Amino acid sequence: MANPKSAYSIPTKKGKLDTHIFVVWVDNESGVLARVVGLFSGRGYNIESLAVAEVDATKNISRITIVTTGTPQVIDQIKLQLKKLVPVHKVADFKREDKKVIFKEMALLKVVGNKKKIEKTLKACKSFNPVILDKTKQSVVIQITALRREIDKMSKKLKPFGLTSTSRTGAIAMTRGAEVFK
Amino acid sequence: MSKLYTGAEIVFKCLEDQDVEFIFGYPGGAVLPIYDELKNHSSIKHILVRHEQGAGHAAEGYARSSGKPGIVLVTSGPGATNVVTALTDAYMDSIPLVCISGQVPTHLIGTDAFQECDTTGITRPCTKHNWLVKDIKDLSKILHEAFRVATTGRPGPVLVDIPKDIQFAKTNYFKPKNERKINGKIHNKFSQDEINDLIGLISNAKKPVIYSGGGVINSGPKASEALREFVRLTGFPITSTLQGLGAFPGDDNQFIGMLGMHGTYEANNAMHDCDLLINIGARFDDRITGKIDEFSPKSKKVHIDIDPSSINKIIKVDLAIVGDVNEVLKSAIKKINKKQNGSKISNKQKISKWWEQIQKWRTKNSLGYINSNESIKPQYAVQRLYELTKSKDTFITTEVGQHQMWAAQHYKFNKPNRWMTSGGLGTMGYGLPAAVGVQIAHPDKLVIDIAGEASVLMTMQEMSTAVQYNLPIKIFVLNNQYMGMVRQWQELLHEKNYSESYSEALPDFVKLAEAYGCKGIKADNPEDLDIKIKEMIDHNGPVIFDCQVDPNENCFPMIPSGKPHNQMILGPNDKKENKISGKGKALV
Repeated sequence: MANPKSAYSIPTKKGKLDTHIFVVWVDNESGVLARVVGLFSGRGYNIESLAVAEVDATKNISRITIVTTGTPQVIDQIKLQLKKLVPVHKVADFKREDKKVIFKEMALLKVVGNKKKIEKTLKACKSFNPVILDKTKQSVVIQITALRREIDKMSKKLKPFGLTSTSRTGAIAMTRGAEVFK
Repeated sequence: MSKLYTGAEIVFKCLEDQDVEFIFGYPGGAVLPIYDELKNHSSIKHILVRHEQGAGHAAEGYARSSGKPGIVLVTSGPGATNVVTALTDAYMDSIPLVCISGQVPTHLIGTDAFQECDTTGITRPCTKHNWLVKDIKDLSKILHEAFRVATTGRPGPVLVDIPKDIQFAKTNYFKPKNERKINGKIHNKFSQDEINDLIGLISNAKKPVIYSGGGVINSGPKASEALREFVRLTGFPITSTLQGLGAFPGDDNQFIGMLGMHGTYEANNAMHDCDLLINIGARFDDRITGKIDEFSPKSKKVHIDIDPSSINKIIKVDLAIVGDVNEVLKSAIKKINKKQNGSKISNKQKISKWWEQIQKWRTKNSLGYINSNESIKPQYAVQRLYELTKSKDTFITTEVGQHQMWAAQHYKFNKPNRWMTSGGLGTMGYGLPAAVGVQIAHPDKLVIDIAGEASVLMTMQEMSTAVQYNLPIKIFVLNNQYMGMVRQWQELLHEKNYSESYSEALPDFVKLAEAYGCKGIKADNPEDLDIKIKEMIDHNGPVIFDCQVDPNENCFPMIPSGKPHNQMILGPNDKKENKISGKGKALV
């Protein structure tokens, strides 16, 4: 600001940003996703990825998984603000580094190229449980499940082999062992 | 088989079961079935406003002064968009409103039909929750839930959008269920340990200050009583936010005035130097805290609030107690009484030095101003208004700007729910319609809107409402021909570049009053002020009082934003003392 004299306030130093994964259980009703997403955009929070689907058809419960970054104070606010929304039942959040939680993303990759390139592609994907969903002479559609950064890496790697389209889900998460999110 | 009711009938059955007496509204195509049904429900009176924003603010004034939710009824499209400002205002200041809006028939939704808009989409960020009723079977349940959401926990506005075909459709009616838990959204389970910690902090404090807010008002009149007892027991100084005024008597010696941007010298310095800060039902708004990094740097901080998301949102606190103010205070009082009876531990002695310091700050008389014999000083006008109305149980509303701050500084409130002002959103045009709502709730009380001439013109049309229902509201306009607060900022912070803050043309307010069919009074001389104010009070009907004040007066003290509490700008009075010579002349 050129002349900050009548500024509301001068922003203070920003703290360290952490990446957190929020898991939110909501009533599956119209507008509920808009409420959650609107909360994020309205309050200036960031959404890295978002995955949502109904998980309990009898109780009409959807599970939303949101990956976001923020200072510890902001993360705390996100959680408390989410809990205030009427259709929200519960909210769990954990750091991306949390060892007790598994979190995965799925991607569909389409590679168009000759036999050699397709073979190379399949080899490169090996460690990510590749499933071949469709194959022709000039193309292959592979499904892989991996971490976000691994998929980032794969898309880069497969570019020279003829990767033409990528479709990714947002991250979804689950606790290890017998424990469940509270 | 029970009787089937139309959607419109169900709306009124719900309102009756929720003990609604008044609706503030404006008809239109998409709510015609509901308006058609109005005649069959004599216990509910409809107040016809002149603009939907006015309906919203009137409902806010009604809610704030009565403690009951305010009900708004508007049509689709422009009806709904016009009420958005009032909904946002209510959301920011935690006022319970239930807004019912008409919508185009369900089969037309999404077709850009006449007077269609995405009402629930538009109002989603400015309501606690909203509903679009797509099935008549859900209507009674949704309406009852709407009341519950609006009035429980931290109160706020809700909106129910009802398509026209749903208003015609028929189904059974369901009465509200008692005590259904709503998704665990109400938090009132503080622990005794937290209360013990609070008592511990209280008994160790040497320089404590209590900072109370609108949460005390929202918690009900009992919370104000509890606050008074708590303050007396502890002997601590208490300051209040703009919204909290009236929870503690403004003329009490323990009250050190409002804090924040235009708060008193003693309140802000106490906030800065204290070693214990007890926030009761306030939210550390930026107009209160000033510079966050230097906010009350030496204190332990306690925050009592019903909304968990208020805790640590802006200021990190040492002890958070999430709960209803009244219950937390009652619990604390009980504990203090027990303790004092047992061991006679009181730290009233310990804090006597602190009180001495506060007295020193008080001698600054930071609300002082230089009075004049020639022109009416706005502060003087508010003071005279206070002196002449304090014996009555007066209700004050305001618009937004300098006049609002002068009212907050110079009008002393002794009871809760007597002060209605737009704090969070800062909505110019709030006060006049709010006064309409207050007068509806309290037909025999004196209701005054302390207004600015720029603000009041934004919703002036509601004078017509006041005249229609013979509501004797008094619009006390501090007319300085400027958007005063804008002009003040431009003077102090933008090198006196008064860009667009002067109103070149203003109506003759006396003639305007007459045009509306009410009384107009004009005062431009300090000598006549008292007589004219009395004339206003004595007139049995609405009045517009054009009080022509010194246009160059600024509102002091002031913390420039981005500055901490101990760097206030004081008024000209103080500057004179410092720069020129001895005592200021006979100042009020």
